[in-house]
Amino acid sequence: MSMPFYVSPEQLMKDRADYARKGIARGRSAVVLAYEGGIAFVTENPSRALHKISEIYDRIAFAAVGKYNEFENLRVAGVRYADLRGYSYDRSDVTARGLANAYAQTLGTVFTQESKPYEVEIVVAQVGRTQDEDQIYRLTYDGSVGDEHGFVAMGGAAEHITEGLQERWTPGMDLGAALRLAVELLAHDTAESPREVGAEQLEAAVLDRKRERRTFRRIAGPLLEALLNQDDPTQDVPEIDDPKPGSHDTLTGE
Amino acid sequence: MSSEIDGRLPAAFLQPGSSSFTEFLSAHAPHLVPSARTLPAGMTLDAPHGTTIVAITYADGVILAGDRRATMGNLIANHEMKKVFAADDYSAVGIAGTAGIAIELVRLFQVELEHYEKIEGALLSLEGKANRLASMIRGNLGMAMQGLSAVPLFAGYDLDASGGRIFSYDVTGGCYEEHDYHSVGSGSLFARGALKKLWRDGLSEDETVRVTVEALYDAADDDSATGGPDLGRRIWPMVAVLDVEGVRFLDDDRLEAVVQDVVEARRTQGGGRR
Repeated sequence: MSMPFYVSPEQLMKDRADYARKGIARGRSAVVLAYEGGIAFVTENPSRALHKISEIYDRIAFAAVGKYNEFENLRVAGVRYADLRGYSYDRSDVTARGLANAYAQTLGTVFTQESKPYEVEIVVAQVGRTQDEDQIYRLTYDGSVGDEHGFVAMGGAAEHITEGLQERWTPGMDLGAALRLAVELLAHDTAESPREVGAEQLEAAVLDRKRERRTFRRIAGPLLEALLNQDDPTQDVPEIDDPKPGSHDTLTGE
Repeated sequence: MSSEIDGRLPAAFLQPGSSSFTEFLSAHAPHLVPSARTLPAGMTLDAPHGTTIVAITYADGVILAGDRRATMGNLIANHEMKKVFAADDYSAVGIAGTAGIAIELVRLFQVELEHYEKIEGALLSLEGKANRLASMIRGNLGMAMQGLSAVPLFAGYDLDASGGRIFSYDVTGGCYEEHDYHSVGSGSLFARGALKKLWRDGLSEDETVRVTVEALYDAADDDSATGGPDLGRRIWPMVAVLDVEGVRFLDDDRLEAVVQDVVEARRTQGGGRR
């Protein structure tokens, strides 16, 4: 048997980090940003079935970029974590901070101990009663956690988008303005001229502060188009769900 | 909960597959499953029991209602117990039998439905929900044989069939679809007798609410474990209406008016003769 080459721990970690970063950079970016009435999630995703943004619990949502099977696994684990906690304690005892910690430990252990790190970056956000109480946690492939204020961008063009958000995001923005800013930055993710990103290529959702109990709603259809249109008077999600019978997780304005 | 040793999510959380919370719970935290507990053999114990639940279909959907009394032997354990619960947006459960077990079962059932909705991104069919509830009752058979049975009545608005439907259960987990109306619990015989005479096809919502209150009144009239309308303390039955817009509970003002009206009619009719 041949002896394995000695690889310094620094080199090993660097290789793994490079590998994970490359994987993440391949996909489209995602933006999470706070607005006056809650927290908005926007990403480019042509699929209507394979979501990058999802509900975890009453006031907590999840957004991810990277490898679908890996972050889907983490999403399901998060829903299980939240439901188990809510069932054994109380609904109000489920917090984004607890979940972010569990994710961080999981990602950290996988990064150092498994043969390959997760190629994902995730955001766990919890909407508070006021904008000051909103919590946004960003978790990277190596298990590091960042407590972000106001906005996060993830994915290949994260740096570029973050710069834009730093310049132009303000705390009291309404939903329409926040979505337009996010979409403009997503479309302008490279130094080249911006791509055309329409409502049908977007996956968007909010944690709506004004709602009771489950606050997560996807936004689609005419409502999303109206919010993205600067000239349209619609600047926030409606207070009542779509009248259509069935699941009420999506607001379309129809 | 994250594992005690290093704070990471335990392997069971990351396992792909089941979108059932109950299955996850029995694999990962069996001590939290209501049916996992056992009594010592040959032992029985006294615990609060819930009593009468009625469900009635009508033109727009189905109404599920229950009285507010819980009894323990000859004592009244609770005067204003809630025995009708919304399971999700389009279904509700009323419980009869051992209250502690039934309420825990309903709590788990509520999480089960929401969990499925979040993981799968779709609603379960009404039959799917009824069958999930059946398997949860089946798990409780051991306790039921020692006197701690929980027998719910499940009602929901079926989005595919566009109408209200009722499902009843037995202690072994048998699930039966009931047509038109049904009732369970100690006062159910009297309630069903009343429903048989009062129910007809195509009742309106207001008429159905009144029929419901009358059926519960008759149950309370002849069954000591069922609580009648308590005008002194202003305790009214719990009435859940399920229609195409989802589930909603009637408020006290509306119920008070109906109850007052029924009680008044009974007084002039000589106790309910027609």
